[in-house]
Amino acid sequence: MDKITERLAEIVGKDYVSTSAEERFIYSRDQGVQQPHMPDYVVLPDNARQVQEIIHLANNDSIPVVPMGGGLVLSGLTIPLAGGIVLDMKRMNRILEVNESSHYAVVEAGTSQGMLDAYLKKHHPRLKHSLPDAPPAATIAGNIAIHGSGHLSQSEGGFHSEMVTGLEVVLGSGEMVKLGSCSTVPGWFSRAPLPDLAGLFLGWNGTTGVITKVGIKLFPRPRFHDVLIYMTEDIDIAPDILFRIIETEVAEDINYALSPKPDYLNGFQMIVINLVANTEIELNMKKKIIRDALYDYYKTKESGFMPLPPAMKGDFLEAPQKALSKFADVKKGGGFEYVGAIMPVEKIPDACREGVRITDRYGITYSLGARIIGRGHSAMFFFAYPFNRADTQDIEKVSHALEDTNAAALKLGGIPWKTEVSGQKLILEQMEPQTSSLMMKIKSLLDPNGIMNPGNWEVK
Amino acid sequence: MDSEYTDIIHRCFRCGWCKLPTTYQDFNCPAYLKYRFESFASGGRMWLIRAWINGEIEASERFNQILFSCVTCRNCVEACALPKIKDKLVDIFIAARQDLVDQGNIPPAVRDYLKAMTVNGNPYKMPQEQRGAWAEGLNIDRYEDQEYLFYAGDVGSYDELGMKMARSTARLLKSAGLSFGILAEEETSDGNDVRAAGEKGLADYLAQTNIETFNNKGVKKIITLSPHGYNAFRNEYPALGGQFEVYHYTQVLNSFLGDKIHTGRYEKKVAYHDPCYLGRWNQEYFAPRRILGSIPGLKLAEMDRNMNNALCCGGGGGNFFTDILGTGPDLSSRARVREALSTGAEVIAVACPQCYKMLDDAVKDEGVQDRIRVSDIAGIILESGMK
Repeated sequence: MDKITERLAEIVGKDYVSTSAEERFIYSRDQGVQQPHMPDYVVLPDNARQVQEIIHLANNDSIPVVPMGGGLVLSGLTIPLAGGIVLDMKRMNRILEVNESSHYAVVEAGTSQGMLDAYLKKHHPRLKHSLPDAPPAATIAGNIAIHGSGHLSQSEGGFHSEMVTGLEVVLGSGEMVKLGSCSTVPGWFSRAPLPDLAGLFLGWNGTTGVITKVGIKLFPRPRFHDVLIYMTEDIDIAPDILFRIIETEVAEDINYALSPKPDYLNGFQMIVINLVANTEIELNMKKKIIRDALYDYYKTKESGFMPLPPAMKGDFLEAPQKALSKFADVKKGGGFEYVGAIMPVEKIPDACREGVRITDRYGITYSLGARIIGRGHSAMFFFAYPFNRADTQDIEKVSHALEDTNAAALKLGGIPWKTEVSGQKLILEQMEPQTSSLMMKIKSLLDPNGIMNPGNWEVK
Repeated sequence: MDSEYTDIIHRCFRCGWCKLPTTYQDFNCPAYLKYRFESFASGGRMWLIRAWINGEIEASERFNQILFSCVTCRNCVEACALPKIKDKLVDIFIAARQDLVDQGNIPPAVRDYLKAMTVNGNPYKMPQEQRGAWAEGLNIDRYEDQEYLFYAGDVGSYDELGMKMARSTARLLKSAGLSFGILAEEETSDGNDVRAAGEKGLADYLAQTNIETFNNKGVKKIITLSPHGYNAFRNEYPALGGQFEVYHYTQVLNSFLGDKIHTGRYEKKVAYHDPCYLGRWNQEYFAPRRILGSIPGLKLAEMDRNMNNALCCGGGGGNFFTDILGTGPDLSSRARVREALSTGAEVIAVACPQCYKMLDDAVKDEGVQDRIRVSDIAGIILESGMK
């Protein structure tokens, strides 16, 4: 055992440090097409104090540190590009507080979406949080750190990073800080009215510090739930249809999807509208409001609501949906690239066309779509490319498609989401120089020795 | 490894659905719960097996620990998102173990277990002549031509708690007037856990020995104490020529309630722990619950993870004998005791001798003997005071 391993074992316990080939293999890669890079150590801290000690050690010995939540980012953000320590946060999964009156929960950074959902259902059944489309093993902290979105992002305030009410963070320099109301008073209810420092850790891919606790907004959990699906073959009417649905103010979640599978749906745009209500009367009224809003379109018989058999409806009412993971197996190959781009809503038709062009170019399959964020303030567009891990040509094609997609997203006026290093470089090249310069100054301040997830958000 | 498996093993994309029960409360895999590294989750195990097949990693001591810490509980199978491969997950882990056994590259604890099974015919290294010692004083006949064979199995024959459970069950069967006998020293291990540990050859040999004995004696119907034996007789033996009518003892007792067995009152809150090999492996969730639910005064509590989502005690897949999972507060048996306590239960009811021992030890390790205890279902019926 080398001295670093010994010291890490003193901090977290010997059972929670590994330098074995097996852990180094697993933590060197994710499900996407990014090349693997081996960590030297995989470490599982149990509390924030241990995280702080690890960061101090890493600073002293110039060891890179890569924080990891659920490990489901798919774009290599937790692959240790320069080796060092992968900090798997999932032992820190305690739910520390739920404040029903002020609608927030405080959780440790390794808490999974599924565990919080189950906990709320049991102990606070009138409340829920926004669940991403990722599997339930995805963590709350990992998702807010990449500006993820979920099933309440349309109706309840935007990206999950916007639902953060407070953070506890260990900076790259080793200090532990609280951000938001919890920095000043006991409650974790709000980031306002203080200077908003939480943004220094949201969207930074773990390059400024390690999030150790999160305060997250909770929302009412109405008892009744239903889904409507509107279908059209006319790609250009999608923005207006979306506008009309948003305008009704009754849709909890609005998703737009386009997929060549199954064959009989090829060419159709599906707009999935989730509705919730406290009574059946309210639910039926909301469905009527949506139908009325789209009457001008469906009276022409060229588009309309899709009849949904109960079994199929069940899939659309799930959150998160297992069907999305099933889609990842469409190539029967265990590889999945999920490229996102946050963009203006009106760009959805062009993004769809571009996505289809790219996949045609490389002969790969796809699923395209978008979630409406914050009542139409933007869209989280996704390009999902499953591939076969056992087929190197398939991997190469998807890698090229990924590069083209990032470039196309920027050209369309969107910004690639949780993008891998090459995508980050594209963004930085296009970014105002003063903005990228400010980013680097902030990063130098918070992580003076450059140990935090090196390779990400770097300007050479 | 079987090409059926090598053709699909790369399809697992480690989405992580398998880590949580379908109700999401907490980690559901005893090995992942204990070790917490991604490598010990089912997805990690799948990727490592593929890497091993591809020559990217070697079968090291750590690799063996990762593979043999799987308790074959099938919780991952319940939760996996991919319908075409989910049913094969545990089969793939067992097949990989089998390859390691064939190569002679296994953890010392597994080697010792398999050696004891080969040399002594049981994992306790006890004399074969003592297999029937559990029945002493009960006046139970040897099997000749009775309607049922009552099969005690390794744990029921040699473990203190297992023997107690076997005695309770036999007393109830007798009091119900059931025509049954036992094999005592003629009984052979069912081989279920040997197969799960990857030693197919020995498991087949044990099965064939039992099948020959059963056939020679004209056995048609078997009642098993352990869900592990129940699984082997029901799902493995038919392919080897052993066709028997197989019942778990809770199924038989359930059929006697209100007719041949009349319980007394049991004024306690009881949480039932589903054994993996009765529940997920054989879909029997209700017979034990019906028994407990029919006992006057007994308040049946459900743990958060129950039925197809029940957390395993950690004793399956040979771990009961090899103890690869070791000790510590993150053992699934200890987590299960805490889960039972959170329901307010005073008793954890079990229907498997392995669960009995694992959870009984965990109650002691948690230091909560004054708050909760473990009892098997037959024991609870007897405690209630038979009418």
